Amino acid sequence: MKKLSLVLALIMILSMALPTASAQDGGSLLDVVKGRGKLVCGVNGQIPGFSFLDPDTNEMLGFDADFCRVLAAAIFGEVTADNLEFVMLTANERFTALQTGQVDVLFRNTTWTTTRDGDLGIDFGPTTFYDGQGLMVKADLGVTSITELDGASICVLTGTTTALNITETMETLGLAYELVPFEESSQTSAAFEEGRCDALTSDQSQLAGLRSGLADPGSAVILSDVISKEPLGPAYIENDSVWGDVVKWSVFATLTAEELGIDSTNIDDFLASEDTAVQRFLGIGENPSGSLLGLDNDFAVNIIRAVGNYAEIYDRNLPPIGLPRGVNALWSDGGLMYPPAWR
Amino acid sequence: MAESRSSAFDRTKHAPVPLWRDIRILQVAAQIIFLVLVAAFFVILIRNLVINLEESNLAIDFGMVNRPFGTMISEGTTSFKPGESTNLDALWVGLRNTLRVVVVGLIGATIMGILIGIGLLSSNFLVRSAAWSYVELFRNTPLLVQLYFIYRGLRLTMPIKLADSYKLPGPIYINRRAVNFPLIEGTDTASRLYIALALGLTIGITLWIWRLRVMERTGQPAHTLRWFLPPVIGLAVVGWFLAGDPFTVEDPVLQGLNFQGGDKLTIEYITLTLGLVLYTAAFIADIVRAGIQAVPFGQIEAARAQGFGGGQTLRLIVLPQALRLIIPPLGNQYLNLAKNSSLGIAVSFFDVYNVANETSNVTGQSVAVFAIMMVIYLSMSLIISLIMNALNYSMRLRER
Repeated sequence: MKKLSLVLALIMILSMALPTASAQDGGSLLDVVKGRGKLVCGVNGQIPGFSFLDPDTNEMLGFDADFCRVLAAAIFGEVTADNLEFVMLTANERFTALQTGQVDVLFRNTTWTTTRDGDLGIDFGPTTFYDGQGLMVKADLGVTSITELDGASICVLTGTTTALNITETMETLGLAYELVPFEESSQTSAAFEEGRCDALTSDQSQLAGLRSGLADPGSAVILSDVISKEPLGPAYIENDSVWGDVVKWSVFATLTAEELGIDSTNIDDFLASEDTAVQRFLGIGENPSGSLLGLDNDFAVNIIRAVGNYAEIYDRNLPPIGLPRGVNALWSDGGLMYPPAWR
Repeated sequence: MAESRSSAFDRTKHAPVPLWRDIRILQVAAQIIFLVLVAAFFVILIRNLVINLEESNLAIDFGMVNRPFGTMISEGTTSFKPGESTNLDALWVGLRNTLRVVVVGLIGATIMGILIGIGLLSSNFLVRSAAWSYVELFRNTPLLVQLYFIYRGLRLTMPIKLADSYKLPGPIYINRRAVNFPLIEGTDTASRLYIALALGLTIGITLWIWRLRVMERTGQPAHTLRWFLPPVIGLAVVGWFLAGDPFTVEDPVLQGLNFQGGDKLTIEYITLTLGLVLYTAAFIADIVRAGIQAVPFGQIEAARAQGFGGGQTLRLIVLPQALRLIIPPLGNQYLNLAKNSSLGIAVSFFDVYNVANETSNVTGQSVAVFAIMMVIYLSMSLIISLIMNALNYSMRLRER
């Protein structure tokens, strides 16, 4: 009987891991989210600049958090306290949360990889931030390049591509090293600050945020070496192309708005624009825009009103933590951001 | 009396008991129905699981254990090759790390628990109060909090610069990352020493048992140690010379960013082991106290009356009787300790749970990985239970 109850408990737990029928039964997640009247967005919550809980206002701030708002504005027309819920997830929790429907979408600095796309039951949306993995080291070590890190202790987040990349890099370089794995980025920076590790490795974008969060940012330097490419973007459940389209085109809307020079301050002027490209984008007149995606036809207007275009989102969050626009500029400015054609 | 009543009972006058009121049939039927319900419950759950997994394109695939594990495991081993070693190898390394913690933790917690348990009953006010404070403090705070406390505490108080490490003779270096100590390895001829040691121990233990028998038979003092030590030490010395210099010692040397050579215990290992020992010892102490107090005071008075000293009373009269009461609850604490070792993930210790988490994250096979995880922890717990049951059996009261 003891064994029986054990098996019982095991199976119960297993089945609870994947509760009730998934969204595909009745159609798209879009209908589910609309019916619920609330978007549940998975974020990190611990990285200044990307998603961080403001200690004063208790509000989720940051680049990723703003893209959650973009999506909420696209679906509901506006962002209120009731129609958007943030769920903070660790690297290890995030994919299970997505697979089980705990969150509708993940804006959680997640790198787009073949294994994840092919094997995890999730799909990836357009890259919102082109990143690369780097290292932050103690300034007093006098190290200027990764090749000088022989024998170093390196703090890293578990369950991330960064752990895999640093292992591969150090093995390739043939250097001795020790990996100290942590569950949360706040733990990695605490361990780094307290001298448990010589170096901390993460995406360059996160390093900037973590460094600015140190008691003495001058005690650490970020090496110029970039050891991997990390395209970060949204992820959502696999085989739901209606929902996928909503996520994709909401992101593209912020980029297209920047291309067309539309932002939250001048959006009202553009509503009367004679430019056909602008009219197509904003869904003015008989031009179909959001209606093609199952959204309000003027969803782009809602996004720009509520959150702004890509440049506004970027400038609001990332330059303050020391991240210039760099490769994330529009293609027309020599960057990598290139939204598909809006017609 | 019974017979006369049954003969007076005339079967034919009564209608046969209907099926639905026949207690024998009802009993069997109830069991069958219960079994069917349980089976149906299982089938529904498993079906639900499989269907949902298929819909999410997440078929359970145990083949992922053969895929390479890409993250370096720095804890406890040097033979691990990230990228070449498989997930299964990684789980094995993780399991070894878990066992390193559990085995040392069990021994440490037992010794410390017994000492503190005796301290709880001490007649010395200072010792008794200290023991009580210890038990109440560690028993009434969560283990996770204690682990964080120890981890941050060690990290903040130990020397930050490796060059400033506390140096103990050996040489042993203690710093914020690890305790580095010399690695002692046997040479090719070391086996001669081992054989001599084994031989010495065999002779020693045989003599010990023989002396105990002599004591039981004749009542002469046994002097077991006087008979045990000479053959053991003598043969060890002989073995040492036969083997030449049987050990090589490799000292840790600070070179560049870290100590090279030697062996080390990482701060994470120390934190987890220490945390588990301190926490579990508090529970064991109380179990030991209860066990000792359950021995009737008359036994102690009788021992005193026969001229046994305090230590002798404890060792020969009280503890053997107390052990019978101590062992069953002690087994529970051992199981707790083994399972609590999975909290290592909170202090960044690369145990089997941590490895499984990483594997599950990289391969996405969370159901398969956690099924493996349950098998591993279940086996570990069952083995501990088995040993404790055997111990319990051997300690039982033998009634003649």
